[in-house]
Amino acid sequence: MRQTITSWGNLGTIEHEVSTPTFREEAAPLLSALVDKAGSVLGYGLGRSYGDSPLNAGGGLLVTRRMDRCHAFDTATGVLRADAGLSLADLHTITVPRGWFVAVTPGTKFVTLGGAVANDVHGKNHHTAGSFGHHVRALGLRRSDGTLLECAPDRNADLFRATVGGLGLTGLIEWVEIRLQAIASSDMEVENIRFDHVDRFFDLAAESADWTYSVAWVDCLSQGATLGRGIFSRGRHAPDGPRVAQPAGAKLAVPLTPPVSLINGLSLRAFNAAYYNRPGASFSGRHHFDSFFYPLDGVHHWNRVYGPRGFYQYQCVVPPAVARAAVTELLTRIAASGTGSCLVVLKNFGDIAPAGLLSFPMAGTTLALDFPNQGPRTLALMADLDRTVAAAGGRLYPAKDARMPADLFAAGYPAVAEFKRHMDPAFMSDFWRRMEQAPQISKQA
Amino acid sequence: MTGQTVVILGATSAVAERYARLHAGRGARLVLAGRDARRLDAIAADLKARGAADAQVAVLDLATPAAGFDAAWAGMAATLDGRVDTVLLAYGILGDQKAAEADTGEMARQLTTNMTSACAWLTVAANHLERQGQGTLIAISSVAGDRGRQSNYVYGAAKGGLALFAQGMAHRFAGTNIKVLTVKPGFIDTPMTDGLAKGGPLWATPDKVAADIDKAAQRGVTTLYTPWFWMGIMMIIRNLPGVVFNRMKI
Repeated sequence: MRQTITSWGNLGTIEHEVSTPTFREEAAPLLSALVDKAGSVLGYGLGRSYGDSPLNAGGGLLVTRRMDRCHAFDTATGVLRADAGLSLADLHTITVPRGWFVAVTPGTKFVTLGGAVANDVHGKNHHTAGSFGHHVRALGLRRSDGTLLECAPDRNADLFRATVGGLGLTGLIEWVEIRLQAIASSDMEVENIRFDHVDRFFDLAAESADWTYSVAWVDCLSQGATLGRGIFSRGRHAPDGPRVAQPAGAKLAVPLTPPVSLINGLSLRAFNAAYYNRPGASFSGRHHFDSFFYPLDGVHHWNRVYGPRGFYQYQCVVPPAVARAAVTELLTRIAASGTGSCLVVLKNFGDIAPAGLLSFPMAGTTLALDFPNQGPRTLALMADLDRTVAAAGGRLYPAKDARMPADLFAAGYPAVAEFKRHMDPAFMSDFWRRMEQAPQISKQA
Repeated sequence: MTGQTVVILGATSAVAERYARLHAGRGARLVLAGRDARRLDAIAADLKARGAADAQVAVLDLATPAAGFDAAWAGMAATLDGRVDTVLLAYGILGDQKAAEADTGEMARQLTTNMTSACAWLTVAANHLERQGQGTLIAISSVAGDRGRQSNYVYGAAKGGLALFAQGMAHRFAGTNIKVLTVKPGFIDTPMTDGLAKGGPLWATPDKVAADIDKAAQRGVTTLYTPWFWMGIMMIIRNLPGVVFNRMKI
């Protein structure tokens, strides 16, 4: 059926031919029907990718969210196999009471297993656990010719490495088998430490290598002697305590899109100052994992605060040797622009080899923040940031992107040529179309 | 609430599956009845992974069980060693109103599926609960059963008849340990309603409806509108004067 779909950044509503199978066996026939009708297809989960990587304008989208059944869960070994549409939120209601937690989680629990694989998502424990793909034991990949291939690190290994982080372009991920980590409790031991300059972030990150999880929030408007001040947060699963998947407490929601962005220079400055100075900025104690990993999930449709024009997220990673200088330069430019977001994340990745050909995480430091869409002004700022990232030998995260120049993508992802050999001819996304139109796009800055 | 035994009639329906998951998480033993063996098997495997102590499949046509209602019920109850704590009757078809208007056979088929067979299941199940002296019977009706409307009165009549039947049963068992709950959901985002235009505040998820049913069953409520605002909407619709109602194309 024809349906308009919006990605998380709300940058536009795009019409698609949409099918939503409920049972596994419906996926293959609906997939080929979509290809016949719309010419191309892409798997779609819960729509938490920010830009155009989950979209396929005018083409087919196969929505996986109703295919959310577990096939098997071994509570002795922590191995779980499930349909690709199972969300991490749902998974944890199944596994947490029995002492298991996903090995790697992104900053939202409203992602499907398929989406977690296709974007090879990372979390606050990249330095200790790598990315999501490192914990995938096997997956079922439906190709447009109808075949279902079981891919694993040791079976169809090339296709497996292309599918992990492959943006859904190698076929439809029908099921995923992952290895979970054992936890004694749903509580986290957490330490929050305020820091007054971005230099201190790098010191704190180095000192925190033995903490399972670490991440920092940064005040992106702070300049000069307090450039990149923020709050360093580190945590580990508590050795004892209750095991509940969902903490008590009311859910909030942004019920509708306000006519203009609520995030502007004034509100942002006030929020950042208040957040930096709040009592919790210096904290040592326990939190439920939900508030530690998913603070934004507590507010449904938080993406609406940016108003009808939507927003861009910018997430880059720069290599360790130049990270300090490059991050300082990026933060200086952002602070001078006076724009940005309440949530700005800075984190050091570990040096584990990437799980997939197009995996985003690599050794170095990653910076992520939102920009309200203010048209050319916002695009110009991001093009400015691109220059620093490119000079540093870094790259941007396709799951967050709606505007990166194709040459920056090509430079950041040297395995693209190898990846292309594994793409399914019927699978396509707006992101990929954009990357293939290299010449005209790269001149935009 | 741990370790309950549950029979789900129409286990492949979206609401029924979500309701079964709630019981699975509490370690229940379940019997899943429906037509499609492959789908029932997929649901059973899922429920076991979610913590169900057991999930057995009963493949049959609930509208016209080949073995008859009594024998088919006895088989399901035997799977649970004769003890049944909760029965959810969830199957039904939306049906094609125009086809039912044009063809009495089609009309009778829709009524048989949504009402006559459902009342037969309620009868055998209620008698079983009566013998064991306790239990909960849940029937999924619809807000469409509250007032006949041109767009779906065949479906509405069946669901309304089912609601009246279940209401009578609740009366029959008043003051006993047998609870009968009639559920009247509004619009739910399920495969059954994929042909309708969706979106907006009137649409609920199957998870929400299942959670509402679970809460109402535990509290011993006899009639549940879900989500709650449908009670107000249907009160208005039921009480609209004919001169106003007849001008509406609903």
